[in-house]
Amino acid sequence: MTTNAIEATGLVKVFGRNRAVDGVDLTVPTGSVYGVLGPNGAGKTTTIKMLATLLRPDGGSARVLGHDVVREPQAVRALIGVTGQYASVDEDMSATENLVLFGRLLGLSTRAARTKAVELLEEFGLSDAARRPLKQFSGGMRRRLDLAASLIARPPLIFLDEPTTGLDPRTRNQMWDTVRRLVAEGSTVLLTTQYLDEADQLADRIAVIDRGQVVAEGTADDLKRSVGAQALQVTVPTTTPPGGAPPADAAARALAAVTGHDAARTALGGPDADGSVRLTVPLESPDHVADVLLRLREDRVDILGLSLSRPSLDEVFLTLTGHTAEQQDPEAENPNETPKVQVPA
Amino acid sequence: MTAATLTTAPAAPSPTSAPVPPPAGGVAAAARQSVAMAWRGLVKIRRTPEQLFDVTLQPIIFTLMFTYIFGGAIAGSVQDYLPTIIPGILVQTVITTSVVTGTQLREDMDKGVFDRFRSLPIARIAPLAGALLADSVRYLIATTLTIVMGLIMGWRPGGGVLAVVGAGLLVMFVAWAVSWIWAFVGMIARTASSVQGISMLIMFPLTFLSNAFVPADTLPGWLRSFVQVNPVSHLVTAVRELTGTGTATSEVTWTLVGAALVVVVLAPLAVRAYMRKA
Repeated sequence: MTTNAIEATGLVKVFGRNRAVDGVDLTVPTGSVYGVLGPNGAGKTTTIKMLATLLRPDGGSARVLGHDVVREPQAVRALIGVTGQYASVDEDMSATENLVLFGRLLGLSTRAARTKAVELLEEFGLSDAARRPLKQFSGGMRRRLDLAASLIARPPLIFLDEPTTGLDPRTRNQMWDTVRRLVAEGSTVLLTTQYLDEADQLADRIAVIDRGQVVAEGTADDLKRSVGAQALQVTVPTTTPPGGAPPADAAARALAAVTGHDAARTALGGPDADGSVRLTVPLESPDHVADVLLRLREDRVDILGLSLSRPSLDEVFLTLTGHTAEQQDPEAENPNETPKVQVPA
Repeated sequence: MTAATLTTAPAAPSPTSAPVPPPAGGVAAAARQSVAMAWRGLVKIRRTPEQLFDVTLQPIIFTLMFTYIFGGAIAGSVQDYLPTIIPGILVQTVITTSVVTGTQLREDMDKGVFDRFRSLPIARIAPLAGALLADSVRYLIATTLTIVMGLIMGWRPGGGVLAVVGAGLLVMFVAWAVSWIWAFVGMIARTASSVQGISMLIMFPLTFLSNAFVPADTLPGWLRSFVQVNPVSHLVTAVRELTGTGTATSEVTWTLVGAALVVVVLAPLAVRAYMRKA
């Protein structure tokens, strides 16, 4: 099926002098998770608000599941669920009351709305808190309730605006599981995030937005490849063995012979003579790793370590926009973001 | 930096329409959604009963205060003043209460939940109509308390029970109609306190420059002519006649026509302004 859940062309939104969204094109295939990645103020939320009929675009057009967001807003609204820091639930009502209200607004009878509320609270693990005032809810519980409220009508398209901002890693992982489950059940999800690893983990395709424009679009792998191939890093000691060549030179020769690239050298320091040097070469194919190791053994070069790394989305973002994604929560950072193969010497 | 669009757009996807949602359902659905929104308003009132302070304390305090302060001076005695002041204070209190609708709506709209309402396939008028409907409870409390206070102080309306109930309903209906004005002000004003300011600026002179507290014929000519055209005076007169003699005069008709006119003009304006905020 080649149907697209969202087709937006040249979306523009201007606030005063600020072109918050400046010609955004998006094509979101049905049944996928689409990530919109960008720092605060990049125009992510404004874009979602236009797609969700909460803001009228100043330029361009968008179709959501075949319906024009400006001409057929009610048809669009019937097919979407919106969850964000702005589209939330009512603070003054209990979790159950909120879900009953939204159920009734969507045309359920009071009884059906109550049944639905109980089901959803169960599904999102909020049954125990059903009657508690929302002020006592943790951030994660609030976010789950927000999401539950968007799912009453089981909309085929769900907008999640920064679903995990401010959540602790464990709660964030729960939210990720929920998103994966929704997609497994056939929904399409458009999510915005400032977390690079979140886009990497969840999204089938990613659009990187900066200053109201899409600066890159593709799968996470596409984006990483666009920045550079994988890199092989070999660490060798600086001490020259008796009767041999300096290990760095020998290793560089071996790397050049296999990969055809000159290695970049980084001195890693260390106390006096015990320092080490890291040699980095771009790698076309991971197969070359074995060749490099064989060649180093043949040349009797001792190495201290070897690693294979792909550029992280962090580096991608830096390369594409010239600045890093701001406001990163250090706690939420995933140490395994960069896949690495560590080979002990 | 270059805009690295890495993939060509998917080949000519003809967007097949997803199953068309059921039609919005017209007036019946809008009414049902408004009732659901009114239920929300009632839940909130039940959750935070302190917001009812104005409609509970004001009728008690104002009725006591004005009756004992002005009674002797205006009517010779407190007892003789009651048939004049109770309808007056009833109108003044209940109509002024309608201002709260606008300020609360303004506050409410700044909350995230209103964005969710906008993202739902519901009638645009429902969030407004629901809020206004729920506020009828406030008018009911204020009306009942003022009438009961009057009875306690010795007011014996000659019109009978039905006429008094009718007068109460008339006042509540007018307050509901007037609350559309404040709903509209709430939509176009920037903050809740500016809604409060604007509406008090209008309501204060309108309720006091009427025949609510004093007979109009004691006033200087220029003021008397204003008081006589003031719609609040017509309502007060209607209520006085209803409660005093049980007769519904043309004042009732004019009041109803005026109130309906306010709704017909202001409700669409308020909904338009609400939608523009979206």
